[in-house]
Amino acid sequence: MSAFDRDAERQRMLSRRTLVLGGLQGAAVATLMGRLYYLQIVESDRYTVLAEDNRISLRLVAPPRGLITDRFGVPLAVNEQNFSTIIVSERAGDVQQILDEVGKLIPLTEADERRIQRDIQRSRSFAPITIKENLTWDQVAAIEVNLPDLPGVSIDVGQVRSYPFGEALSHVLGYVGAAAEKDVEGSSDPLLTLPGFKVGKGGIEKQYDQALRGAAGNRQLEVNAVGRVIRELSRDPGQSGREVALTIDAKLQHYMHQRLSAEESAAAIVMDVNTGGIHALCSSPSFDPNQFAMGIGYEAYQALLKDERTPLINKVIAGQYPPGSTFKMLTALAALESGIVNADHRVFCSGHIELGSHRFHCWSRNGHGTLDMVGALMNSCDVYFYDIAGRIGMDRIADMARRFGLGGKVGLELPGERPGLIPDPKWKRQALKQPWHQGETLIASMGQGYVLTTPLQLAVMTARLASGRAVQPHLLKSIEGQFAETTEWPAIDVKPENLATVLKGMNAVTNVPGGTGYRARISVPGMEMAGKSGSAQVRRISMAERSSGVIKNENRPWRERDHALFVAFAPVQAPKYACAVIVEHGGGGGAVAAPIARDILLECQMLEAARATVAQQPPPATDTTPPAPNPAGETP
Amino acid sequence: MTLDVSGDSAALSFTEKLAQIPWSFVFLVTIVACVGFAMLYSAANGQIDPWASRQMLRFGVGLALMLFIGMIDIRVWMKMTYPLYGLVLVLLVGVDLFGSVGKGAQRWIDLGFVQLQPSEIMKVTLVMALARYFHGASLEDTGRIPYLIVPLLIVGAPVALVLAQPNLGTSLMLIMASGAMFFLSGVRWWKFALVIGAILIAIPLSWQFLLHDYQRDRVETFLDPDSDPLGTGYHITQSKIAFGSGGLTGKGFLQGTQSHLNFLPEKQTDFIFTMLAEEFGLVGSISFLVLYCLLLLFGFVIAGRCRHQYGRLLALGLTVNLFLYLFINVAMIMGLIPVVGVPLPLISYGGTATLAVMVGFGLLMSVHVHRDVRMSRRGLGDL
Repeated sequence: MSAFDRDAERQRMLSRRTLVLGGLQGAAVATLMGRLYYLQIVESDRYTVLAEDNRISLRLVAPPRGLITDRFGVPLAVNEQNFSTIIVSERAGDVQQILDEVGKLIPLTEADERRIQRDIQRSRSFAPITIKENLTWDQVAAIEVNLPDLPGVSIDVGQVRSYPFGEALSHVLGYVGAAAEKDVEGSSDPLLTLPGFKVGKGGIEKQYDQALRGAAGNRQLEVNAVGRVIRELSRDPGQSGREVALTIDAKLQHYMHQRLSAEESAAAIVMDVNTGGIHALCSSPSFDPNQFAMGIGYEAYQALLKDERTPLINKVIAGQYPPGSTFKMLTALAALESGIVNADHRVFCSGHIELGSHRFHCWSRNGHGTLDMVGALMNSCDVYFYDIAGRIGMDRIADMARRFGLGGKVGLELPGERPGLIPDPKWKRQALKQPWHQGETLIASMGQGYVLTTPLQLAVMTARLASGRAVQPHLLKSIEGQFAETTEWPAIDVKPENLATVLKGMNAVTNVPGGTGYRARISVPGMEMAGKSGSAQVRRISMAERSSGVIKNENRPWRERDHALFVAFAPVQAPKYACAVIVEHGGGGGAVAAPIARDILLECQMLEAARATVAQQPPPATDTTPPAPNPAGETP
Repeated sequence: MTLDVSGDSAALSFTEKLAQIPWSFVFLVTIVACVGFAMLYSAANGQIDPWASRQMLRFGVGLALMLFIGMIDIRVWMKMTYPLYGLVLVLLVGVDLFGSVGKGAQRWIDLGFVQLQPSEIMKVTLVMALARYFHGASLEDTGRIPYLIVPLLIVGAPVALVLAQPNLGTSLMLIMASGAMFFLSGVRWWKFALVIGAILIAIPLSWQFLLHDYQRDRVETFLDPDSDPLGTGYHITQSKIAFGSGGLTGKGFLQGTQSHLNFLPEKQTDFIFTMLAEEFGLVGSISFLVLYCLLLLFGFVIAGRCRHQYGRLLALGLTVNLFLYLFINVAMIMGLIPVVGVPLPLISYGGTATLAVMVGFGLLMSVHVHRDVRMSRRGLGDL
């Protein structure tokens, strides 16, 4: 075989095998193309979603919390700008040095520094770390001025809930705080997952949290593989919280708070007799809700918790007290309605009454002499009520008490309301497994013994007495302009003349010389109040004590003194405002609580009169054009 | 112009040689390289720096080198084959001894102005060496096993050195390209069957003793991508997402989210085709594959028209090399085969790979220009 032939043979072999090789390569490239088709067409939708998931990070935007205003639009809870200073470590260079510089401008504790360093360790270098929150204006200014020397540092503006009336309204409004686990449980609101998101804690903030909270907005952010935000793609600001208007009158509330602050521990409430709207509701001592919104310290919180005057408890709805003599209207009404006793029923009070082997005393040791029902109410004669209670029995009294709002929650829109207690034989059998004694009827008839009420219930009772209607109390006036108030309350099924007798008695208490509240009467014509005093014993007076002479209230330790109570409504001629006042361990109701009720009801009516005057006056002319007529009745 | 049938192209003048250069091929190479520039421009978020500009410079140098190599007589290259092979082998030893460590592997020698990757150059010189060896072999020779010992050593030495770096991708390419050379030279089928059988037996053994932990990890991740979704598997997952989300027509130039938001690893080097697929979709990626395959087709045509075995083997060997680059790279980033570090020449950012491929193209041209030269079996013919 020649060299040429050999080469030709070799070349044919090469050609054949080149074809094989080319075929293999072609098949391989076809495989690649098939895979491309599979990835880019068949699976495209799935991967497109994955790519978008990669790219887009949804971040929630917390909507501004709804405002809370009083009945005239005065803001009670607002959102304030809250300045904090933040640092981005990758822009800061030497973080410790920058922090030292910042520390010269605003106080930084060692704990702060430790937290900052820890946060920086845990976060990506481009993530902002909070150095200090809640900066004052001076601190903001100090940092702003020095920003050129503080690389990586900036000022961040957030929102913080603020309560302009502070302590005066804390028990009504509550406050906001970080969502606890129990708040988050069972809720699908994505806002709750936002770090630092605040929810309502207590009061209106809690009750109307859903309305105030609004709905989460979101920002679509384009992020890269390490999570750094590249740009904002879209922003949905969400639904800001709705504005909640309360029936509260901020001025009256402020006044009431001032007035009660003079006492060690007291509570009061004013409600509209016709609508049930609460104009003021105050429990003293109180706390500053702003402190809570900012994050209260452990020690301050413990101090509040341990205070025996219970500043954290809203005594208006959660304080349960024996109503004392303020209960007597119901005993009187029950007696009149029973038909067993009429208004002219007379009883001789010698200072005590005998029942079996027991002797029941009147607060007046020497007795009141002979009294009719109005006189009995005016003098708050215990013996008279022992007498009529003994005639009608406990069930009638309890029934009347419940019709006037006692013995169960009345349903005010505040968390933490307590039911109080109206005892009757059935209750005692069930709860205590004991039979009812007639003596207990006598004690209950004057609001002692097992009887427990809240100041709220007493105010409701008074409003129902004054209006004759089953008024329900409420704090909500409107949500975002939608009114919630009504005056359409059903009449209470009692004879008007009976009710009139009771009201006549209440009028006598404050407006007839000798009445237990006469010294606290309102003497402004047209603004007079009618009321009833009560002094609730918090301890049983022993026989030994009684024989040795009852120790006067002011000589006993605070905890053992009587509660002073007063309920009232005004004006007498056309009742509009009902009020209940309790001064814990204050002593006599007529002497201690009545003046407070008087001041509050007077202030209340004065404010109304002042507003009416302003509304009727034309606005002051500032130029030569004649003032435009002001529509009557419009409040400025 | 008619060629001298006697085939002695030494007689060709400079201008005649210039005319013989397959300019359409040069044009094609430039087009592919320009696609690469565009992708590097995109990889840098629409900036010519740092990658596209340097790649252009390298391509310019490579283009000149390609033409220069193409003009030099193929017999000169044949004569220099073994010395070149020896030199690159020495460089490989040098890398293993003194090379810079990058990503856990010693791969290049830092010459100051360029970081030389001898393993890339070896892809060319090994093909040259085998072509030269088999050029002198008749079919009877290739049928005898002792005759195959020398070429096996020629292959084995660089493969061992590259594996030691360690660089599994390049060693596999060297083995596969060499296998193709053996195959083209007429080595019997049953011998391949034997070797493949031996490899199948060797795999579990090398798994145990030869592979590095990271290489085992890669293979394990390939077999079960969910086992390591944030590690090696993450890259492939993100790469597949980029492919898939590109869809039919892609997201548009500079609009690839996976690449521009850094979900894509090594987007300027091994994973650059992923970026192309994301931004230009199936239409773009298939078009690109077709374009690239035209380069391969040129290789086959040049081999087919060559009248000497050295040229034929060299052209086919270089073509196989180019194919292996393409296939391994693209199959890897599409999750068809395990991740091995193989760039896509002319597209991926990288100095030596670009230059090595341009050198290969230069040799292809030299084969084409000197396709009719006369070469003796053993020697160099009349030069």
